[in-house]
Amino acid sequence: MRHIIIGAGPCGVVAAETLRKANPMADITLIGDEPVPPYSRMAIPYLLIENIGEEGTYLRSTEHYEKQNINYLNHRVSSVDADEKVLTLDDGSTLLYDKLLIASGSHPISPPIEGIDLPNVHSCWTLDDARQIAAIAKQGSNVVLMGAGFIGCIILEALVKRGVNLSVIEMGSRMVPRMLDEKAGGLLEKWCIEKGVNVLTSTKITAIKESGDAMEVETDGGKILKADLVISATGVRSNIAFLEGSGIDVKAGVVVDNKLQTNIANIYAAGDVAQAKDFSTGEYEVQAIQPTATDHGRIAALNMAGQSVEHHGSVNMNVLDTLGLISHSFGLWMGVEGGDSVEIYNPDAYKYMNLRFGIDEEEDVLVGASTLGMTQHIGVVRGLIESKIHLKEWKERLMQDPTRIMEAYLSSTQELDNVI
Amino acid sequence: MQKSLHLDPAKCTGCLQCEMACSYEKLGEFNPSRSLIKVFTFHEEGRFAPYTCTQCDEAWCMRTCPVDAITVDMATGAKLVADDKCVGCKVCTISCPFGTINYVQETGKVAKCDLCGGDPECAKACPTEAIVFIDSNAHGYDRMKAFAEKSLPSANAT
Repeated sequence: MRHIIIGAGPCGVVAAETLRKANPMADITLIGDEPVPPYSRMAIPYLLIENIGEEGTYLRSTEHYEKQNINYLNHRVSSVDADEKVLTLDDGSTLLYDKLLIASGSHPISPPIEGIDLPNVHSCWTLDDARQIAAIAKQGSNVVLMGAGFIGCIILEALVKRGVNLSVIEMGSRMVPRMLDEKAGGLLEKWCIEKGVNVLTSTKITAIKESGDAMEVETDGGKILKADLVISATGVRSNIAFLEGSGIDVKAGVVVDNKLQTNIANIYAAGDVAQAKDFSTGEYEVQAIQPTATDHGRIAALNMAGQSVEHHGSVNMNVLDTLGLISHSFGLWMGVEGGDSVEIYNPDAYKYMNLRFGIDEEEDVLVGASTLGMTQHIGVVRGLIESKIHLKEWKERLMQDPTRIMEAYLSSTQELDNVI
Repeated sequence: MQKSLHLDPAKCTGCLQCEMACSYEKLGEFNPSRSLIKVFTFHEEGRFAPYTCTQCDEAWCMRTCPVDAITVDMATGAKLVADDKCVGCKVCTISCPFGTINYVQETGKVAKCDLCGGDPECAKACPTEAIVFIDSNAHGYDRMKAFAEKSLPSANAT
């Protein structure tokens, strides 16, 4: 049985390992299109800080794939013929498969702005991007970061630590608008400004123009910023272009069912490319987050191996460290209409926490949360959301003191008086 | 026979000896705020509950780690964080549904219970047997652990 996995990010690698564990005899090929061993984009900020070298971003040791008898190919897949079960690669060669996993990930989008193609305008997505950024972002150089979303914020610290003069330009009214509300996003902005970053929210870049050796970045507010480097971090989209004409059902991403199978038997999709079930909304959405990528990879692989494992939906969640201020969001962090919520807001201490509860029969169930400046036991928020535990009297206690989430979890899952 | 930490809130007096022992073992100083086992207080019930990583089979932390920094100690079953590999991205801290792997600002890395290599100091320090290190199958501990994992829909893999 020939198993092919398109994409060698965390999702593809976890899928390959899961397949190997489930079926020691399976023929497994992992295809990645970058000329480096499989690596993690999550580690790129730490590469830019120079805490680690490039090998520190590798998902596994380089011998790992050979040891696991996983055939790693460095190619780009150009097309999929689902009728003949054959892939065509960038060099024109073909590969036959019996079961296929599409884990081709996502790519940064490029906003339609004059000058976006200039040589010193880069995304921060691949190792190659990181090398180019590292070559220009030096002590005293002027850097403009376009977009204060998740990726923009996660590389902010690296840029500041490299000693650049940094400006961040965000179209939305606050930083990380898809993860933090006005209060938390506002605190994060204040934090960044205090650390010497020039933050401009509700601002659009209208043009990037060459100016001698450097560039000038023009905003809709009429500002002109000098830049040696512009980093574009305005969001990502699923890598689905190569599937055109394959008959595989594609919307924002590859649409999958509750086994992560596509509309075509024996073809699965997982990770950033998959439009799969969101735990909280029940809708099929592209989440494009690391925990979901690895969960998807494992579940898709088990189904490919012939086990029947259902995907119940992934909890959308994020953790972000922006210049040392750590923020989180989980599930329905913006709340549900009619649901209770409780908030801690302490701007002087840069602390924020919001817990969101459900409605009707889920009136005492945690459905979402966001935090700023808190780290301890944070994972239990996921546990409470995903297990849909009825908090009973603990809901009222959390409404009084939302920091007691761990106590609420322990009380609800362990009988404190019980002697086992 | 693999052993597990068995935590019994009914026997815990909240003396915090476990937190002292853990921090002393890991850091060489008494610093309960950095202990990897925590005693939670329930003043409404007048109860205490010691809690730390159950070394769960699902190992959400290990699976989601983007740089292979978390591995299984084959001798004890503990999931170990390799400090030289952890980059401090914190993805494991949101993935663990039990909240038992935490980011440590001082080190820039995450920390979790490693069972002290098979001889946990917290269990030795506990004067009331609220924390004992025993055969995993004994006292239904495994059933309790399995129950906690099964309450999570994403815990469905073998």
